[in-house]
Amino acid sequence: MRNEGARSTYTPAPGHRFNVGDRVKVKRLFPPGHRRTPAYIRGKRGEIERICGAFPNPEELAYGFDGEPRKILYRVRFAQRHVWPEYRGPERDVIEMEIFEHWLEPDGQPGAP
Amino acid sequence: MSSFDHYAKRPHEHGHSHGHDHGHDAHAPAGEEPGGPPSEYEIMSRAMQELMEARGLVTAEQIQRRIELFDEEFPYRGGRVVARAWTDPAFKHRLLADGRAACLEMGIELEAERLIAVENTPEVHNVIVCTLCSCYPRALLGMPPTWYKSRNYRSRVVFEPRAVLREFGTTLPDSVIVRVHDSNADMRYVVVPMRPKGTEGWSEERLAGILTRDTLVGVTVPKAG
Repeated sequence: MRNEGARSTYTPAPGHRFNVGDRVKVKRLFPPGHRRTPAYIRGKRGEIERICGAFPNPEELAYGFDGEPRKILYRVRFAQRHVWPEYRGPERDVIEMEIFEHWLEPDGQPGAP
Repeated sequence: MSSFDHYAKRPHEHGHSHGHDHGHDAHAPAGEEPGGPPSEYEIMSRAMQELMEARGLVTAEQIQRRIELFDEEFPYRGGRVVARAWTDPAFKHRLLADGRAACLEMGIELEAERLIAVENTPEVHNVIVCTLCSCYPRALLGMPPTWYKSRNYRSRVVFEPRAVLREFGTTLPDSVIVRVHDSNADMRYVVVPMRPKGTEGWSEERLAGILTRDTLVGVTVPKAG
């Protein structure tokens, strides 16, 4: 799939750890508190679709703090059949969402979906 | 009288008309508990409203007016933006690169919203959801429809998007990639649908007329007829 978002960065993302196309894995953690990482995607492997920029940390904002330091936000693309083993649609269907950098780790697994 | 009136005040006058027709929720996904029991929050909210009315703190008219003001503050303007993209390839390019800046060109201020426009093509169909709550590009599309906030839509469109789209009357062949966008953090999304055949030579205004809210969320596709 063509990636029209590859060049669009909305705010500066100083020191971003991942680049467009990098394979990443969402950390499989279930800490209490306000988290913007949907439970269904934790532990799943995907690919950086674009770098959105640096945004106040929602996990701090939710409790009245200022959200600083800002966190780098990415859009990550996942294969539907990887996310939902029961997925009945075609193999190429995808789901994408925004994941903050501290929820991501490099995915060393070669050939992961 | 009360602080409620302060919030119900009109922020500023807008000169636009409200002739658009997008307020219908006629085709919510099947099984969306019509006549089912209200949720706990709905019951709490109703109870609070009734108590406040009983004590003379607010009137039902004030609440209705506040709802209308929400609509007036952020009317549906997405159709105009996509119609421009259909007729002006350079504008479409800018819209896809930076949605907020492109809207600003048309005098539409999205305030803090970061807007990502995603384009439907013969190979890819995009659809938007927010599974965590009901994030929606309000500044561009106005208030979200009820079905967008429903548990049914939010939970199902991520894992069986094709079935949900069929319930909206949109059947896609397997050769088309379905690309679901979970609007779960700071970005907001709008779909740029494909321009249908039979609209050659149409004015932007006429094109905007077929670009309903549902087509910009990606649950339906615009048709010329």
